Amino acid sequence: MSTAAVDLFQVSKFYDDRVVVDALSFTVSPGECFGLLGPNGAGKSTLARLILGVASPDAGKICVLGEPVPARARLARRGIGVVPQFDNLDLQLTVRENLLVFGRYFAMSAAEVKAVTPSLLEFARLENKADARVAELSGGMKRRLTLARALINDPQLLVLDEPTTGLDPHGRHLIWERLRSLLARGKTILLTTHFMEEAERLCDRLCVLEHGRKIAEGQPLALIEQQIGCQVIEIYGGNPHELLPLVRPQVQRAEVSGETLFCYVTDPEQVRLRLANRTDLRLLQRPPNLEDVFLRLTGREIKD
Amino acid sequence: MWQRFAPALPANPWNWIAVWRRNFLVWRKVALASILGNLAEPMSSLFGLGFGLGMIIGGVEGTSYISFLAAGMVATSAMVSATFETIYAAYARMQTNCTWEAVLCTPLTLGDIVLGEVAWAASKALLAGTAITIVAVALGYAEWSSIPYALPAIALTGVTFASLAMVVSALAPSHDYFIFYQSLILTPMMYLSGAIFPMSQLPGSFQRIAALLPLTHSVDLIRPAMLGRPVDSVGLHVGALCIYAAFPFLVSAVLLRQRLMR
Repeated sequence: MSTAAVDLFQVSKFYDDRVVVDALSFTVSPGECFGLLGPNGAGKSTLARLILGVASPDAGKICVLGEPVPARARLARRGIGVVPQFDNLDLQLTVRENLLVFGRYFAMSAAEVKAVTPSLLEFARLENKADARVAELSGGMKRRLTLARALINDPQLLVLDEPTTGLDPHGRHLIWERLRSLLARGKTILLTTHFMEEAERLCDRLCVLEHGRKIAEGQPLALIEQQIGCQVIEIYGGNPHELLPLVRPQVQRAEVSGETLFCYVTDPEQVRLRLANRTDLRLLQRPPNLEDVFLRLTGREIKD
Repeated sequence: MWQRFAPALPANPWNWIAVWRRNFLVWRKVALASILGNLAEPMSSLFGLGFGLGMIIGGVEGTSYISFLAAGMVATSAMVSATFETIYAAYARMQTNCTWEAVLCTPLTLGDIVLGEVAWAASKALLAGTAITIVAVALGYAEWSSIPYALPAIALTGVTFASLAMVVSALAPSHDYFIFYQSLILTPMMYLSGAIFPMSQLPGSFQRIAALLPLTHSVDLIRPAMLGRPVDSVGLHVGALCIYAAFPFLVSAVLLRQRLMR
């Protein structure tokens, strides 16, 4: 038994001979928002499936809400709400009917579902769409309904697999705001994402993944401070490989990614002065973020 | 070993009902169109072949050809209805619409989902078979008293063919492959099983194969019931259908576990 919401110990998963999750360990404490951050193909969705007991690990131990998974995953899932990467709502049914159908999977009676439906619709800002068919909803509304559906069983733990992928910025901010209100209500959230901004805004702690391996773990700001700890200037408009020797003496560290040169500097003015006569270049100075951490750790950007 | 296959089995005797009710809720919205669509084909076969061939053939096994055929059509339509629901509709819920994936994130097991889908497909088979039985009875091709005996046999036929089709769904890489099951298995079975003409018309070796087919057992249960005759070897036919239902159910659950829970 464990008091952690999610506890992974040395978990590995192979598909054929390919390693998808590689001896991964982490713990999610009750009430925190824990992020699994990595590019597509890093093993995030596989991890979500392993935690739900929908896939079985080839090695290691998983414990979710005190239940060993996958052996007793069915019991663990009573206390979990899931938002999958791709909406799998019943398009032919109405918003209300989707909640009813899902409540029954958790052995709720029609009366019990009816009792919680108004608050879920209010949470999802879908009060006036209760009797609309799901097929008629916008992408953002479908995502919010999927989130409301995940709350039908009043779960302790929410597993969100890329909850804002495919949403416009407005829809994304609305989901973030809803997730923060869930955290305020004491829910535990395990979130997979490849959006640095999402991870930075929402997560108390995160685990950065590449090829199924953990390459960093910690609080977002602490990770940024540890790994970068200075200002960043992005330079584009020229050949980054030619620019690199020019600015090298003024920067702590530099990375080339695509057509952009990332300079990590304690004194940005020095770089600006150095390139003052290069009117063809565009310089963007900003504080460091998780993107830089990922770039530093892997030598490449996470954007895709 | 047990832990490995536990997710492929129903968790308890009632979880499947939630899956059945989900399908019922969706079906209710298109019920009329669905019923008409399901009945049009067996009805046109019944009347087309029954009247058309019936005039040439006259009587078969001591009854009119259309009465003989009615029972065959009831069994066949139950087979087709359960099969199509499983290979097309349930397959779409599994593969295209990811409905099963959503359910797998709840306390239901894969076994609960498969059982719910089989029960649902059998329900649709029961509906189709019953409707034809009622039409046959109303037109005097079958006995009113036959209905209580025919219905359980139709339901069992539905469960059997839903289970068999679930194995096909579990194996099919895409829905394009289902045509092979229809044309290589179901259609020959319809002609071999005595649904359309008496099995005694077949060469001896074919008769021995035919005796093993699940549809043959369905026809042998349903036809005497509908014609108001005593049913021979009820235990054998029911037992055979139960084996054809249970074994494929387990095989499909294990195959689906490998397919969906890798």
